[in-house]
Amino acid sequence: MTRVEERERVIVRFAGDSGDGMQLAGGRFTDATAALGNDLATLPDFPAEIRAPAGTLAGVSAFQIHFAARDILTPGDKPTTLVAMNPAALRSNIEELEPGGTLIVNEEAFTVRNLQKAGYRANPLEDDSLSRYQLKRIPMLSLTQRAVEGIEGVGSRDAQRARNLFALGLVCWLYDRPTDVVEEWIEAKFEARVAVMEANRAAFRAGYAFGDTTEQIDVRYHVAPATDIAPGTYRTVNGTTATALGLIAASQRSGLQLMLSSYPITPASELLHELARHAKRGVRTVQAEDEIAAAGIALGAAFGGALGVTATSGPGMDLKAETIGLAAALELPLIVIDVQRAGPSTGMPTKTEQSDLLMALHGRHGESPLPILAPATPGDCFYTVYEAAGIAIRYRTPVIVLSDLFLANSSEPWRIPQSADLPPIDPDFATLPPEDGQFLPYTRNPDGARPWAVPGTPGLQHRIGGLEKQDGTGNISYDASNHATMTAARQAKVDGIEISPLEVDADEGAEILVIGWGSSYGVMGAAARRIRIAGRKVATAHLRHLNPLPPNTGEVLRNFRRVVCVETNTGQLANVLRARYLVDVESYGKVEGLPLFAAEVEEEILERLR
Amino acid sequence: MNLQVNGGVLAPELTKADFQSAQETRWCPGCGDYAVLAAVQGFLPELGIPPEQMVFISGIGCAGRFTYYMDTYGVHGIHGRAPALATGLAATRRDLSIWVITGDGDALSIGAGHLVHALRRNVPIKILLFNNRIYGLTKGQASPTSETGKVTKSSPDGTREEPLNAVSLALGAEATFVARTIDRDKKHLPAVLRAAAEHPGAALVEILQNCPVFNDGAFEPYTDRTSAAETLVHLEHGEPVRFGAESTRGIARDPAGSLAVVDRTEDLLVHDAHRADPSLAFALSRLGQQPGEPLPIGIFRSVDHPVFASNHEALAENRSGFGEPELDALLHGGDTWTVGA
Repeated sequence: MTRVEERERVIVRFAGDSGDGMQLAGGRFTDATAALGNDLATLPDFPAEIRAPAGTLAGVSAFQIHFAARDILTPGDKPTTLVAMNPAALRSNIEELEPGGTLIVNEEAFTVRNLQKAGYRANPLEDDSLSRYQLKRIPMLSLTQRAVEGIEGVGSRDAQRARNLFALGLVCWLYDRPTDVVEEWIEAKFEARVAVMEANRAAFRAGYAFGDTTEQIDVRYHVAPATDIAPGTYRTVNGTTATALGLIAASQRSGLQLMLSSYPITPASELLHELARHAKRGVRTVQAEDEIAAAGIALGAAFGGALGVTATSGPGMDLKAETIGLAAALELPLIVIDVQRAGPSTGMPTKTEQSDLLMALHGRHGESPLPILAPATPGDCFYTVYEAAGIAIRYRTPVIVLSDLFLANSSEPWRIPQSADLPPIDPDFATLPPEDGQFLPYTRNPDGARPWAVPGTPGLQHRIGGLEKQDGTGNISYDASNHATMTAARQAKVDGIEISPLEVDADEGAEILVIGWGSSYGVMGAAARRIRIAGRKVATAHLRHLNPLPPNTGEVLRNFRRVVCVETNTGQLANVLRARYLVDVESYGKVEGLPLFAAEVEEEILERLR
Repeated sequence: MNLQVNGGVLAPELTKADFQSAQETRWCPGCGDYAVLAAVQGFLPELGIPPEQMVFISGIGCAGRFTYYMDTYGVHGIHGRAPALATGLAATRRDLSIWVITGDGDALSIGAGHLVHALRRNVPIKILLFNNRIYGLTKGQASPTSETGKVTKSSPDGTREEPLNAVSLALGAEATFVARTIDRDKKHLPAVLRAAAEHPGAALVEILQNCPVFNDGAFEPYTDRTSAAETLVHLEHGEPVRFGAESTRGIARDPAGSLAVVDRTEDLLVHDAHRADPSLAFALSRLGQQPGEPLPIGIFRSVDHPVFASNHEALAENRSGFGEPELDALLHGGDTWTVGA
């Protein structure tokens, strides 16, 4: 008889060869989990190679989901259940499985050849090396083959391909997930190929039924819907989708044509793909010939009065630097989205890192300040790019948004805003020629912003360029004091950008402040929760504005005896804070291509509290 | 004569002064750029497009300053990137007449990639490439069009590389309009510019331009009245390709299929700028590189092809139909669920 145990939170990892469809299985499991009302966070982790040699460690692709009966902040540290579709997937993931965790393996993939490819000398299923886990050996391939037998038009290849759906069905049973969400997806996805649809559905049902009937797995887990979730209508989004929606919303609310120009680069290409599908909503996308052109095309569109956006990752940022500098000189709105990945150089294109902060701050020649924002969570990408658009337009400036690979690919439930609740964005174009007839493109309003006069406006013809401009007229000027004036004006404009103060979540009497930025948000919160459960006091503060920094930042830092800065790099924000505020900020960072884990951050904090 | 260019509105009675900005021109005395500026400002009123509908975008180099002297909208951008800026503008604004001003270093060296792609995309922009075969603004280094063996500050023993041929490159990049003209030819230059302006897609016009300081006389054989009849061949669509003081020489296809200079007036190549296959235009572009061959000027190619981002109207309509309710519907796309209060 199968028992059902209640769990507050669970972490499941699907791991297999990159051809095994693990991202797909994980994605569908996410949908089913969202439908059930659990809070969730996901972490896809896949190799750079599209098809690394099958069965090798290099080809392992994994998808982790953390779901709970309460609000959660991260995709979790160590899985409680691991699905391993082959020996390589087992080998590269088993170290992280919680002792006592459930290990589901596709035993038929444990052939001599596959064991060799994964570097196993002996079959780990046959010795006692996995005794710490609840090992479930399941012949997924033959069970799938049997399930699809007799479906007309289905070959053995189709059966092989459907084994991820078998695994998904089994895990759905294990965690009591609804099956209709997955089945509806299968029906829609393979609408045009009835045989494939039936094979996938049969495999999924077989997996679910296998759990139900065999009693090989004697415990099922139930995770109740989350109850501490703010009321509202939700959907699941990853950072890429949220970014696309945020840009479209900014375009609609400002009335500006959205124009994204990008050059293919992992992991930012997904945004190009996503926005390219929205021509029916008036979105223009241009796949540029290179990163430089992508920035230039976006900036050219901005000169014409569009919401110009370019998206890339680290190596592309290097190439765009010159154009971003031009945008700073032209003082035109431009949004530059950097989906950070591990560097230097090509680095690790499919692994996350937060290591472009100093480049965003300083990576241009001359004095070329610009605002920098970083989203906290996948869903927050929506609000961050929306705010970036508002700042770019209001202050006539390029804005860098530092997202990262983790945020782009990770999913979470997102409370859908009402468009009417979004703050208005007014392009405030210059439309009328001044009375004396001379239009001055480099005069400034109280925000320090210059007029945005777009081609086609009679009487406002003007010329702008990268050469230093005379204050007011914008004419070329090599005058020494004018250059000092203009340099100060550009700096003052960025320094004066209106942003919200830094909020601190502090226990009364907390002596240590944990500070971070961007995607560190989740892990900081999760670590603080653990500290509090352990009865200790802690404070956290998260920076979404990296330039300018919130006006109260120095005051916040000085309120604590110790400050530790948590970021996925070797201490970039810590250095900025130390330099700016002369506070002895300590750094905790990790550059292993993955987000930080809550347990690690907890340990760092506890060590400092000892 | 008024022309419709890129949907431009006909404006009454424009004059040269409408296109002259108040900025003092600061090229070296005798620079060929003055002649080009005068020709452009002189012929633009004919187009009937008001100055506010025009945008001049330039890169870096002496020619880059051109933008500041036009009383139109303008961007003096960064080295080589003017075609990219212009592409972005053209992608979102179909109502403008967009001109790119560039040079041999700007377009064929640091910005060669952008030039090639603006041409193959057929972006509706007019690219004026001022070719003086030298870097002028940086004071006299060899450029990608400098002839092999040229002695400059950066090549004291003479350059060793082959020069690039702008017309050949453009044709290879699938350009739909390619022409060559000369700064000092006060009739030919505006005529070519007018044809470029009328072309719906991307137009590349190479303008041979004299740099009196660093490369004076580079095009002397083509501008000197006594020699020009033998050194230049004018391409006229539908006409036999002939040249010489008495028009007794011409260009013909030789038995091997390539083009040759012949001393006859019959059985010459008849120039067809509208020919879909660019290979004859390419063969013409190769002339003038060997001693005794005349250099062709005029329009090598002018063909109609789909223009980049030509779905402006549909896109604008889509955008105007995308209001708050549609945005809310988009935000609520996919599977949603509601958590009660």
